[in-house]
Parts: sequence; structure tokens; C-alpha cells
Amino acid sequence: MAAQMTDAHRRFLQVLMSNGITEGSEARKLHQHCCETDKVYYAHDKLDDFISTINSHLQPLFMQIRKGISEDDGRAHYAVVNLAETEVTKMASDYTEMELELFRKTMDLIILSENGFASSTDILNLADQLKTKKMKKKEAEQVLKVFVEDKWLSEKNGEYTLHTRCIIEMEQYILSNYQDVARKCNICHSLAIQSQVCESCGIGMHLPCVRKYFRGQAEPRCPKCNEFWYCDTPGVSRMGSQTHHRAPLLVVDDAS
Amino acid sequence: MSQRKRSKGFGSSQMTDGEDDFIPTQTERRSQDQVNQKVSELVQFLLVKDQKKIPIKRADMLKNVIREYRDAYSEIVNKAGKTLQEVFGLQLVEIDSKRHTYILINNLPCAEGKYLCRDEEKEKMGLLLIILSFIFMKGNSVKDSALWEFLHLLRVYPGRQHQVFGDVRKLVTEEFVRQKYLEITPIPLTDPQEFKYQWGPRAEKEISKKDVLNAVAKIQGKDPTFWSSQYSEAEATR
Ligand SMILES: [Zn+2]
Ligand SMILES: [Zn+2]
Repeated sequence: MAAQMTDAHRRFLQVLMSNGITEGSEARKLHQHCCETDKVYYAHDKLDDFISTINSHLQPLFMQIRKGISEDDGRAHYAVVNLAETEVTKMASDYTEMELELFRKTMDLIILSENGFASSTDILNLADQLKTKKMKKKEAEQVLKVFVEDKWLSEKNGEYTLHTRCIIEMEQYILSNYQDVARKCNICHSLAIQSQVCESCGIGMHLPCVRKYFRGQAEPRCPKCNEFWYCDTPGVSRMGSQTHHRAPLLVVDDAS
Repeated sequence: MSQRKRSKGFGSSQMTDGEDDFIPTQTERRSQDQVNQKVSELVQFLLVKDQKKIPIKRADMLKNVIREYRDAYSEIVNKAGKTLQEVFGLQLVEIDSKRHTYILINNLPCAEGKYLCRDEEKEKMGLLLIILSFIFMKGNSVKDSALWEFLHLLRVYPGRQHQVFGDVRKLVTEEFVRQKYLEITPIPLTDPQEFKYQWGPRAEKEISKKDVLNAVAKIQGKDPTFWSSQYSEAEATR
């Protein structure tokens, strides 16, 4: 029999849901806050147990608190996900059919792209091809803004990628619906939207996973084919903003 | 524990001797699994709708979730309500029994505001609390002119874009009203038309008058008993 839920568990769950997504250190602070507010036993290293108690009560509802890793900085994040049928139409919000169609098409662009990004121009060009109802560019811009606010997409310099929240929630859906194109990270084995890819054998790795894996190695080699792994020196911050160099950086020495 | 009658039909094959909490209803022909499936769909539906704090109509629950299970409606709604309470600390409340509209209210004891909501939400809630306090301290009903004069003192102006609240008039007269925090009713026989502002049903359920009074007393450096009628009302409600 699963452990009983207390008000601390319920409070934690409420905040997690209203946040959409919660960064790991925030979640740890929240854990402490909830236990103290509702005067229940608190141990700083028991967050996982605390969450699995909640999960055992969410399971009959086909819901779950799931942990995922940000593709940008490798930090853990938590989100409440719907396991039953996490397709785009079930996204935890009240979008119209038209907005959902725009989201679905944006997701196609991002996943089918070389680098895990779609430009705003390309997305806005989809707006008047929607089947549900044509959307003006201005409207579509507004909708994109909402998707970013609601943490389904994230935007960097006019390019959009899937937000960590979206990846945590939709991982299964994406892996089964984009079987041939969706890639799994060779290190952590979860879905990789933004990744670096080995030119010889084609495996992909998340940037934070690449950094961790090659840390301290003078001559990084692909974990699968052992070819030289062309990338910036692992751990150098420049890499973060260079995610579009998904292919090995053969021309990287332009500056030298 | 009383031994209840068991159905021989649907679902009886899964029944084992341990499970005597099966309650036969007019919906016996549906298996409990099917009903439970609807319950969890309804819970999710209500949670999504609740994010914007918009009241939920029974008709929408029927149309979007319950559909062909209409005959099991009350069983499904009751079970969903129980789950919301047990797992999420939320209470499903019917706020209008004629139009059958529901809201979810937070059932957990109030915490320090820190983690309650997002920043922008927090500021909006701050404004709302100020308005609710003003109404409560003025005897539970104020005229629109009095409220706007009061907000004016706080440099919140209805006509101007506020950097956090945006269109304040819209926030107060539309969003808070739609969320059932405020109720605005026209005052009869006034020209130009005047309105009175009162606490809405969500405010009555979610916000403690005692907390409001204590906060006002603290700001003014007085004892809560200084306001005798508010004090007795606050003591009586919570
Ligand atoms: Zn990885
Ligand atoms: Zn390789």
C-alpha cells in the first residue's frame, strides 16, 4: 500500500501544476517549504520519495510527476504529465483547434529540422496553410508568444525549439510519432531535439551530455564509432549558443 | 461490513471475494473500469479549466467528457470531486445551482504567499486582496465610484495602462468577475447607472475574512476587535 498523501504533498503538486515546469533546485526549496508549512517530516534528501508518494496517487489518473533534463544546461526539471494520451490535443491548456494545429506544424518543423530549431519566418509562413482556419501572421505571432509564455516553446533570437516542459510531457508521443526522425541521445537515452551528431555514424548527443561525457578528454572520440568528435572544446560556453552546428564543425578553424 | 448484492453481468468476472465495496447503481451495466476512466478524464478536464479559474458548466462536462455516460453523471462527478480533494487538495463546488456551474477552490490552509503563483498572478492577487479588503471593511458592499476613488489613492487608474495589470478596468470588471472573485450588480434607479461591488462566491470560499481583518488591523496598528461587526463576521465565517 502506497504511503498516505499529506497536505504537503498536495501543496507541492498544486504549485508544480501551476508552474508548468519547475527547475530542480526550485523543487527542492518547494519541498522544504511545503513540509514546513504543513508540519510534516522533512528530509532534504528525500525529494524522490516525496514525489513517488504523489505519483502512486496520480497513477490511477494516468498522470505523473516526471523529471527531465534541460537540453540547454543539463539541469533537472519537473513537470506533471498526462500519461494517458499525451498527444498535442491533450496539452494541459485550453487552446483552440487552430492554435493546436499551428503547434503541431511547428513541432513538425522543429523535429524535422537539422538542428532542433525552426525560424519564426518559417513558422509564420505556415499560418495561412492551416486546415482548421487560416490565421493572419499577426495572430500567429501572438499565438507563438503564448506558447512561449506557457512554456511549450522556447525562443532564441527568432528561432524556436521545444521547451523542456514540452519534451518532458511529449517524449513518448514524439518518439512514437516521429519514429524515423526523432533521435535519442546516445548518453542519457532520452529524446534529443537539440543535439550534436556524429558525422561518421550518425548518433546524437545532447549538448550538456556531450560536455559531461568529454570532460577532461584531450581528444574526444565518438562513443559508438570511435571517430574523432569534432566540436568546440567541451565545456566552453560558446557551445551553448551554437546548437545549430549539429553537424561536426569541420570549418571551425575560420577564426584561427 | 454488509454483503452487497452483486451484479452477474458486466465486470463480474473481475470480481473477487475481497472486493465488496462495489456499489450497484443504475449504471451497473458499465464496468467500474469504464466509469473510472471517465472519472480520470473529468479530473484532468477540470484541472485544465481551473488553470484560468473560469467556472465550468455542467453542459461542458457532459459534452466534452461524460458524453454517452450521461446516466452515470452524478457518480462520475462525485468520484472526481473525491479524487480532487484527496490527491490535489481542491474542492469541486457548485456555485450556481440553476445554471449548474462549478469551480475548484483550494482546500489547503493558506500558506505564506511565496509559492502560491507566478509573479504576475501574485501581483494581480495582491490587487484583488486590496479590493476585497476594502469591500469587507466598508460593510460588504461598495459603489463603483467609491472603489475607483480608493484605487486612485493607490495610483491605480482605470483609464491608463498599468505596467503590471495592463487594463485595470478590464481586470477588475471582467477577469475578477469571470473568476467569481467579485460580483458587480447594477443599482436600480440610478442615472447615470451605478454599480455595487461585492465578494463573489470564489472569494467567499477561498479567502478568509479573519486573515483580511487581521491584515488591515496590522497595517492600521489597531486590534481587530476595533471593528466590531467585521470582527464578529470574521469569527463566524472562519
Ligand atoms: Zn543526453
Ligand atoms: Zn560516431
